[in-house]
Amino acid sequence: MAEPVLAVDRLEKAFGALKATNGVSLDLRPGEIHALIGPNGAGKSTLINQIAGALAPDAGTIRFLGRDVTALSTAARARLGLARTFQVSSLLPDFSALRNIMLAAQARQGSSLRFLRPVLSDRTLTEPAMAILARVGLTARADVPAAELSHGERRQLEIAVALAMQPKAFLLDEPMAGMGPEGSKTLTAFLDGLRQEAPILLVEHDMDAVFALADRVSVLVYGQVIASGSVAEIRSDPEVRRAYLGDAA
Amino acid sequence: MSPREKAATLALLALLPAAALAALLLGETFYITLATRIAVLALAAVGLNIALGLGGLVSFGHAAFFGLGGYAAGVLATNAFNAEPLAFGLAGTTSMPAISLVAVLLCGLVALPIGLVSLRTSGVYFIMITLAFAQMIYYFAISWPAYGGEDGLSIYVRNAFPGVETAKPFSFFVLVFALLLAALALFHRLQASRFGAALEASRQNPVRLAALGISPFSIRLVAFVLSAMVTGLAGALFADLNRFVSPSMLSWHMSGELIVLVILGGKGRLAGPLAGAALYVAFEHVLGGLTERWQFFLGLVLLAVVFLARGGLIGLLAGRPRHG
Repeated sequence: MAEPVLAVDRLEKAFGALKATNGVSLDLRPGEIHALIGPNGAGKSTLINQIAGALAPDAGTIRFLGRDVTALSTAARARLGLARTFQVSSLLPDFSALRNIMLAAQARQGSSLRFLRPVLSDRTLTEPAMAILARVGLTARADVPAAELSHGERRQLEIAVALAMQPKAFLLDEPMAGMGPEGSKTLTAFLDGLRQEAPILLVEHDMDAVFALADRVSVLVYGQVIASGSVAEIRSDPEVRRAYLGDAA
Repeated sequence: MSPREKAATLALLALLPAAALAALLLGETFYITLATRIAVLALAAVGLNIALGLGGLVSFGHAAFFGLGGYAAGVLATNAFNAEPLAFGLAGTTSMPAISLVAVLLCGLVALPIGLVSLRTSGVYFIMITLAFAQMIYYFAISWPAYGGEDGLSIYVRNAFPGVETAKPFSFFVLVFALLLAALALFHRLQASRFGAALEASRQNPVRLAALGISPFSIRLVAFVLSAMVTGLAGALFADLNRFVSPSMLSWHMSGELIVLVILGGKGRLAGPLAGAALYVAFEHVLGGLTERWQFFLGLVLLAVVFLARGGLIGLLAGRPRHG
């Protein structure tokens, strides 16, 4: 088995008496989509925030590309190649779609302490950004401020920004949230191809998408992974059906 | 920048020297001084506009840098005048380029630790911490009798700049205006650069910036230091304009005034500080001639700007900003 890109080991996080993350271990291997599902309040976003570095765990370790990153800042983890998207779109509202992506390209190239050369005529930023806009189908909206994009377009831009980071792993927090059935279908097909570039840890409520995409599924309930396995295994797991899937499966 | 904003900016930039020139031709020296005052305050506000306008950092302590720049000029000139060496065997000087350099470097050096501490906070705590640092320096200046203490410090002869007769009001105006233009050019380049993009991103959404791999803290720290340096240069010029430095340059009133200039003109806009300074000095002069309570009316204008014209004067003239 290939060395995992991302490995979470016995992670713990409590808010007061509530154990939001209670000894979670999971990993992400090259080329796979690992879906993380669970009912509301199961601690999925808390887990993603700890992996991304926005929240410090109480105990446990997070290894990324073979390196212990538990103590690193969000920015440092992103520089190593960990790209996350947010459950509620988190973009730069005043900047155009293009500039949102250009900043990601700039971050990947390293130096932001360059003070004189204008970015808008910097083709090492504009060209890759335009290419990514074309890939997600937002070319026509390149000059529109992110604040004026539709909800669906903002979701696409979130993904585009993550792509521009050319990451070693994606953390996607409910990318389908609030998208119509058509949008979900298009995005599902898009993510299907994306796993070739970098593995994806996918938090998602849309079960059609999860079952279509996931190589592995882990089920989180009350801060604990109650089951982990292939789509078929998860669908037939009695405990998962009782705790979460209900009649949907 | 939209064509409309460009036109408004150029018009404002042309208006000030035109007014100064008209005053020169009419022999109205006082109005040249007034135009110079606008240019110096605008320069100080250009500095604050880097932190506040681009970075969204509401520093309530920029008087510290304005005043330190002023004291750099006052102290160096006094020591040169009295032919007393400063500490470490350094001599005073009346050379403006040297004084400016000292003012800028001093402000950068002081802004670094202040920024390191205060940028760990945000929002109202950032405002309070920057205020606290500035007040510390203010009280230090008040209790420093060697350089006038509470009474301030006079500069007997305006400091010299090679090739410029600084004692002549119009020559001094031209010098100050040229430095303002240079600072505006720097601001313009900065805003359009990679650093400017990261700084504006840190204002819009620091969480997003960190998720991209850029630490908002370091970007803000650099911005804070640059911002202080520009405001410090303005302080040195202000001292030379008035031939006087006093602790009032360091007081929180001054910090507030600088914030008002930026908000009034249009924060984050290239010509905002100039528009704000022009409006402020015009108010001070026109209304100040009619009533001692002119700041009451300034308050009304500020209320109107905050509630009706968020973009300040430049927002009214040139519409909303465009970020490309």
